Amino acid sequence: MTTAGAALPMTTTPTIAALETASGKAKKRLTSRWASLAAAVIALLWTIPTFGLAISSIRPERQIKTTGWWTFFSDPQVTLDNYRTVLSSEGSTGLGAYFVNSFIIVIPSVLIPISLAALAAYAFAWIEFRGRNLLFVIVFALQIVPIQVTLIPLLTLYVKAGLAGTFWSIWISHSIFALPLAIFLLHNFMREIPKELVEAARMDGAGHVQIFFKVLLPLLTPALAAIGIFQFLWVWNDLLVALTFAGGGNSVAPLTKALADLSGTRGNAYHLLTAGAFVSIIVPIAVFLSLQRYFVRGLLAGGLKG
Amino acid sequence: MALRLSRPPKPLHLIALGGALTFTLAACGGSSSPSATGDGAGDGASASGECAAYSQYGDLKGKTVSVYTSIVTPEDTPQIDSYKPFEKCTGATVKYEGDKAFETQVLVRAKAGNPPDIAYVPQPGLLAQLVSTGKAVEAPKEVSDNVDKFWSKDWKGYSTIDGKFYGAPLGANFKSLVWYSPKMFKDKGYQIPTTLDELQALSEKIAADGKSKPWCAGIASGEATGWVITDWMEDMMLRLSGPEEYDKWVKHEIAFNSPGPTAALDKVGSILKNDKFVNGGLGNVKSIATTTFQDGGLPILDGDCYMHRQASFYAANWPEGTKVAEDGDVFAFALPGVTADSKPALGGGEFVLAFSDRPEVKAFQTYLSTDTWANNKAKASPLGGWISANKGLDVNNLVSPIDKLATSVLQDPNAVFRFDGSDAMPAAIGSNAFWKQATSWITGQSTKDTVDKIEAAWPK
Repeated sequence: MTTAGAALPMTTTPTIAALETASGKAKKRLTSRWASLAAAVIALLWTIPTFGLAISSIRPERQIKTTGWWTFFSDPQVTLDNYRTVLSSEGSTGLGAYFVNSFIIVIPSVLIPISLAALAAYAFAWIEFRGRNLLFVIVFALQIVPIQVTLIPLLTLYVKAGLAGTFWSIWISHSIFALPLAIFLLHNFMREIPKELVEAARMDGAGHVQIFFKVLLPLLTPALAAIGIFQFLWVWNDLLVALTFAGGGNSVAPLTKALADLSGTRGNAYHLLTAGAFVSIIVPIAVFLSLQRYFVRGLLAGGLKG
Repeated sequence: MALRLSRPPKPLHLIALGGALTFTLAACGGSSSPSATGDGAGDGASASGECAAYSQYGDLKGKTVSVYTSIVTPEDTPQIDSYKPFEKCTGATVKYEGDKAFETQVLVRAKAGNPPDIAYVPQPGLLAQLVSTGKAVEAPKEVSDNVDKFWSKDWKGYSTIDGKFYGAPLGANFKSLVWYSPKMFKDKGYQIPTTLDELQALSEKIAADGKSKPWCAGIASGEATGWVITDWMEDMMLRLSGPEEYDKWVKHEIAFNSPGPTAALDKVGSILKNDKFVNGGLGNVKSIATTTFQDGGLPILDGDCYMHRQASFYAANWPEGTKVAEDGDVFAFALPGVTADSKPALGGGEFVLAFSDRPEVKAFQTYLSTDTWANNKAKASPLGGWISANKGLDVNNLVSPIDKLATSVLQDPNAVFRFDGSDAMPAAIGSNAFWKQATSWITGQSTKDTVDKIEAAWPK
C-alpha cells in the first residue's frame, strides 16, 4: 500500500524537478533527446509495479492466486468483484467507514503542526532572543529521535490523561512527530525572504502579528503547501501511530488498519489487497496531483539552506 | 468474501460426510462420557428457557467488556455472533476489536497501562510475557473448574505460570494433517498410510509411478517465513522421540542440536529436501522457500502433487467451489505416528487472558470456558473453519468434515496432544532463529549447521 502510494508520485518528480530548477545550460542539457529518453525509461520502470497492482486488482481471485499479473495479457479476465467486496459496507471488510476516520485523523494532523511550526519558525527567524540558536539546534535535533522509542511512554501519558483510544491521542502524536522538520523547513524558507521587506514593514509601524500575517504568510504559501502535502501523505499512510494510540477499537481506526486486516486472519484473502490499495491511494493521488507544483517549488526553497 | 463461498452448501456436506461422521463417533466412543452428558444438559436448558444457562452470570445491564484479538475478517463474524446469546441474556455488551498486529500491540498496550479487558493470546510464550508485565489477572475459580472439566490436563498447563492459572483455551487448530486428493488416491489405488514407514513407502511409490511428485509445500509467509518447517519438525520430533523428549526439547532441557531434534529435522529433510518428492507442480526443492504457505497445497487441485502437510485452517485456502470432503476434491488424513496405534497430535490455540477482574469480565471469561459457548460458536460458524479441544463440544454441531475430523482427534483420549513447540519457545527462537534457520536449511544449509545455529541463538 505504502509502496504503491510512494511509487506513483515518484514518477513525476524527476522530470518536473529537471525542468523547473534548471539554469539555462542545465536546461539545455536536460531537455536533449537522450535525457528525455532516460526520463521516459525511468518513469516507465517506476510505474511498472503500480501498473501490475492495477492489473491484479481487476483479476479474479483464482487467477491472482495462481499466476502473475502479466498473464493477464495472454488470458484477459476482468472482474470488479474485488472492488465490490472491498467497498461493500456489509461485514467488517468494507472500507467506507474507515475512509471517514482517515479524514478525521488527517485534517487536524496536518493543520495543527503547520500552524504551530509557522509561528515557531517566525520566532526563530525574525525575533531576537537569548539562546535562540541553541534552542533551534535542539528542536532540529529532535528529528533524530526515532518515533518507535516514544510509543510506550507517550501512550502511558495518554492513558493517565484519559486520552487513549480517542482521536486526540492520534492528532497530538502526529503533531509532535511532524513539528521538528516542519519548523526547520519553514525557518529556512523565512530566512530567505529579504530582510529589507520585514524592516520596511516594521518602519511602517507593523508589529509581529501584522508582519507575520500580511508580509510573510503570502510569501510562504509554496512552503506551507509542500509541508502540508508531505504531512498529509505521511499521516494518510501511517499505520504504526494509529495502531498504537487508537487502541480504542475500530471506531477510530484509519484506512491503513482496515487494509492491513483485509487479507484475513491467516492471509488467505490476500487477493483483496490490490483493490484495497487502489481505493486507499485515490485520495493521496488527488491531493498530490492538485498541489504538486507547490511540492517541488516549496521543497527546494526550504532545502537550499541546509 | 471468497472464503465464505469456498465451500459447498451445508446439506451436501452432511450427506457426503457419512464416512467421516462414523469415524468421528467411533473415535469418541466411550471416551468422552462427561462431554456427552454435559452437552445434553446444555441443549435441554436452552430449549426450555433460552437464558436459563446464563442466570449464573447475573444481571450485567449496561456493562461493557472489551475484547482484543488477532482474529480478523472473515473469522471475526462467527466470533461476534457467538457472544450474542450472552449479551442478550445478561444485558452486557462485548466490544470486539480484531487486529492483525495484535501480537506486538497487546504488549505495547499492557506495558503502557492501557490493556483490553480480555485478550485472546495465541501463544503460551506471549502469554508468559504478558503475565510478566504484572497487568494480567488470574482466572477465576469457575474458569479453572470448567477447564478441569472440559479440557485434557496438558491444555491447562500451557496457561499456568508459576503455579497460577491464567486463562482457558478458546479455539484450537490441529496441525498434524496431510491434505490429499481422495480422487487421485482412488484412481491410483493408493491407501492412506497408517504409519510413518507406510507414508515413506507411499511417497517412494508415487515418485516411481508417475510424473507428479508426491509432496508439495510452501513456507513463505512474510516476516514469518519458515514457520511451516518448524511445524514439520515438531511433528517429527513428537513422533520419533516421543512426548517426554518433546517437552524437554521445547523447554530446552535437551540441547537443540542433540540427537533427537537432529533426527527429527533429518526426517523432515527426507521428504522436503528430496528432489524426487518435491515440489509437485511448483518446481524444485528451493521453490519451497519462495512459495507462500497459502499456495503450497494448491497444486493438488491440478493433479500435480499428491500430499500437502498443513494445519486444519488450510481448509480456508482452497479456492471457491472446491469440495473439502472425504469424497470431494480434497480431504486430509492425520499424519501417522511410528506405529499404527500411536496418535501424536500437534496443535495450537488461543487462551483467554483477562486484565481486569470486574464482575462482567469474569462472567464473560467463564462463559467462554463453557461447553455452552463452544457449541454456540460451532453453530455460529455455518462455514466451519473453527474447532476447539473443549470436550463438551458436540462434533455434530460442526458443519465442515475437516473440522469434525480434527475435533475428533483433539477429543480422543488416546491421542497424545502437544502444543506447537515454537510458540512456547522464547521469542528469540520461536519467532526468529528457528524460522530463519529453517529457511536457510531448505535452501541448502545442512541439518547440523541448522540445529547448531539455533542452539547458539538460544537466550542464556
